Parts: sequence; structure tokens; C-alpha cells
Amino acid sequence: MIKLEQICKSFNGQTVLDHLDLKIQPEKITVIIGESGGGKSVLIKHIIALIKPDSGRIIVDGTDITKLNDKRLNEFRKNFGMLFQEAALFDSMTVGENVAFPLIEHTRLSPKKIEDTVREKLLQVGLKNVMQKMPSELSGGMRKRVGLARALALDPKIILFDEPTTGLDPIMCDAIDRLIVETQERTRSTCVVISHDIESTFKIAHQVAMLYKGRIIAMGTPDDIKKSDNPKVKQFIEGKAGAPG
Amino acid sequence: MIRILEFTGRPVILIIEEFGKVLLLFLSAVSWAIRPPFRFSVLFKQMEFVGVHSLTVVAITGIFTGMVLALQTYYGFRLFGGESLVGATVALSMTRELGPVITSLMVTGRAGSAMAAELGTMRVTEQIDALYSMSVNPIQFLVVPRIIAGIIMLPVLTVISDFIGVAGGYFVGVKLLKINSGIFMARIIEFVEFQDIFNGLVKSACFGLILALVGCYKGFFTTGGAEGVGKATTQAVVISSVAILISDYFLTAVMF
Repeated sequence: MIKLEQICKSFNGQTVLDHLDLKIQPEKITVIIGESGGGKSVLIKHIIALIKPDSGRIIVDGTDITKLNDKRLNEFRKNFGMLFQEAALFDSMTVGENVAFPLIEHTRLSPKKIEDTVREKLLQVGLKNVMQKMPSELSGGMRKRVGLARALALDPKIILFDEPTTGLDPIMCDAIDRLIVETQERTRSTCVVISHDIESTFKIAHQVAMLYKGRIIAMGTPDDIKKSDNPKVKQFIEGKAGAPG
Repeated sequence: MIRILEFTGRPVILIIEEFGKVLLLFLSAVSWAIRPPFRFSVLFKQMEFVGVHSLTVVAITGIFTGMVLALQTYYGFRLFGGESLVGATVALSMTRELGPVITSLMVTGRAGSAMAAELGTMRVTEQIDALYSMSVNPIQFLVVPRIIAGIIMLPVLTVISDFIGVAGGYFVGVKLLKINSGIFMARIIEFVEFQDIFNGLVKSACFGLILALVGCYKGFFTTGGAEGVGKATTQAVVISSVAILISDYFLTAVMF
């Protein structure tokens, strides 16, 4: 279980998260929706402690990660895998080296075993014969798949996805959505997905939370959210510009 | 009066603040440098990048610096019959001053700027966040090897620059200006001491630290996308170059 309690975060005096409370169920896919620039990426980066809150607590499996020192935090992050918005693959490494990176850093596996694991992880995300390619040679969708393979390398318990379908065509969006669902079902991991893609959200989510003005204003199953009376939620899922009616 | 103080004080505060941040990065790098894991392959890659890949530019600048130095000193010394001192002057200038400084400025332009650009790009494309997310400290993984490579490779490049510079001076002095070869070399042996070479190398190690630290600092804390990377790169070169020249004065005052 991941619990965020009374999280506040400001940048240069501008409040991004304002006493935010959120509970993320284990072994489920939770999608956090909200407007662009509304602090969704800031929120997900708090969960993996890439950003520290100004105040509040972030409790992951009973541990308040805001209290951990750098060394313990480093250990703790091994439970996480994260797929970044633009995949964040290392430009200077091949695809194979990118996926092997966490294995080389944190395991004592032989080079042969690492190569086999890399090949297996790439197959899981539907990629073959790309190990020697450089990230710059890949399409956006392939980069995200490689990013996911890298995030899965250490079989993490919690996987974070920062806008996994942004910038992809509808077919590739669907492929990535299926991949998220398949990955969650296979690994029984806790998945947190940041998205502003409503169609994709309702396709993959077990639980949906809507972030608005730094707070979670609605939370529930996709059906709960579809039936929500909250005008801001309604406006968002209907995709209408202007003030909520 | 208060306005004047405000006007002049603000940049001073900013400079002190910036200097403090660079110092903090340095201290953090030192603390990570002595902790395992030690990634020698990453270090060797950086040493190759800073050292081996800078050889051509260092050799070209070294040889022409030595050559022009020989030419200038010859014309000056000829006025009072001191042509025999051309070799010693070239060698002393190269080992004490021009070898370390010119080499460092060249490496700043080539490797320091690349460090800022690479780390800056990694910052704005979330690759540095990705390192954190994979439980790898980016200061240990990115900054430490670059700083060590700078400190180790600058003296190596400086030795090469010194040697090539003196060879260039020899070529101009002996082959073109017809100074006696024996006298040219004898004066070098007579006037240049080991301490001159050693102090020059100590200086170059300090310059290596400066250019790598500033390059990494500017890159590591880049904000503002592609424009930010461009600014960070330019600032890294300007600040490193100025810092090298300023520190050169103080190091020279202390060492010689």
C-alpha cells in the first residue's frame, strides 16, 4: 500500500500540491488523471522520492520514505521501476546496455545470464533484435517499450508510468495500454499511471484518482469516476474546454 | 547609497551563492568517490574522452605556441645579443605557464563544454532522474569519473604539450633561425629545473579539477530545455576559462 498524507509542494512560491491525500491499492493499476501542468508528474516523482515534499508523509509498505537518508532511499528504490515520459533511455548506451544497466549495477549475475535476462525482458515488451540499436534509432513507441523493459529488469514490486502514451499514435497507445495490463497481471505489481488520456485510463485502470489544483478531488473505480457529479471531473472526462457547467 | 550597495551587492551574493553550490557538489563528489562501487570502466571511458580525444588539439596548440614563442623571443633577445636564451625561455614558459594554461583552455573548450552539454541533456531528458530511480547515485556515476579524469589527464596532456611546444621552439630556433643546437639545448638543461615541470603539472591538475567541476556543475543543474543546455554549455566554458586564469595567478604566486 502507498499512502500520501497531507503532501504540500511549492516551486518558487507556486503551490503545486496542496495538502494532497492519496491511497494507492497494492497489486492494482491506479491511474492519476488531471490537466496538463497540473502537477501529476510532480506527484509521481514524490512516490519514488525524486522530489521531496515541503511537508507531509509518503508511506510505502509501512515506511515513511520522506524520513529515509540517501543510502536507505537508494536501497528502497530497488523496489520501484519507473517508465519516464520520454523513456529517459541513456543516449550513450545501446538498447541492450540500457536494459542491462540495473542488472549490472545491482546483481551479481554472469554476463551470459544478464544477456539472457535482457533478451527475455525485451521479448516481454514485444521487441526482438534491437539489442545492438542505439536509442536514437528507435521510434517513440519502441523507446517506451525499451524503457519499460529497463523498468522491469529487477522485477520491481511497484511500477510507475509517467504519461506512457503521450505522443504516440492510437495503435501504439493501445499496444502500450495492453502492455501495462499484461505486465501488471503477470508480475502482480502495484502500478501507478499518470495520464490525461481518458480512453486509455478507462481501459486499464482498476482505480482512478483525479488531481485538480494540487488535491485529489475524486477517487474510485472507472465506473465511479464516469458517474461522478463533480463538475470538474465531468468536464475532464467529457473533454470540454471552458468553465465546468 | 543603499541603492548602490544593492546594485553592487546582488551580483556579489549571486557569485558567492554559486561558488557555494559548486563547493557542495565538489564535497559530495569527494564523499561518493571513496564509496564503492568503483566503476573503473566508466572512469577509463572518461579518461579516454578527456585525454586521448584531446591529443590532436593539444598537440597543435602546443607546437604553435612553442614556435611563436621562439620567434618572438628571438626578435626581442637579438637586440641585446641574447639569442642563446631562446631555448630556455621557451622551455620555462611552456613548463611553468603556457603548457598548463593553453592545454586547460583547449580541454575546457572541447571536454568541459561537452560535459556540460551531456549532463545538461541528461538532466532535461530525465536521464539523471532515471539514474536515481534505478538506485544509482548520479553524482557517483556521472560527476566523480569526470572529475578524476580531469585531474589525471590534464597533467598528462600538459607534459605532451610542454614537450611538443619545446620541440616547436627548437624547430623555429635551430632550424629556421639558425641558433646553435647545442647552445639551445644546453640553456634548457641549465635553466629548467624539475620543480618548474612539477609545479606546472600541479597547476594543470588543479585546472583539470576546475574545468571538470564547472562543466559537471553547469550540466547537472541545467534547467529550461534545449535553451538551458545551450546556456549551461556556454557558461561552463566562460566560467572555467576565467576561473583557470584567476587561479593560475594565485597558484603561480604560491608555487614559484
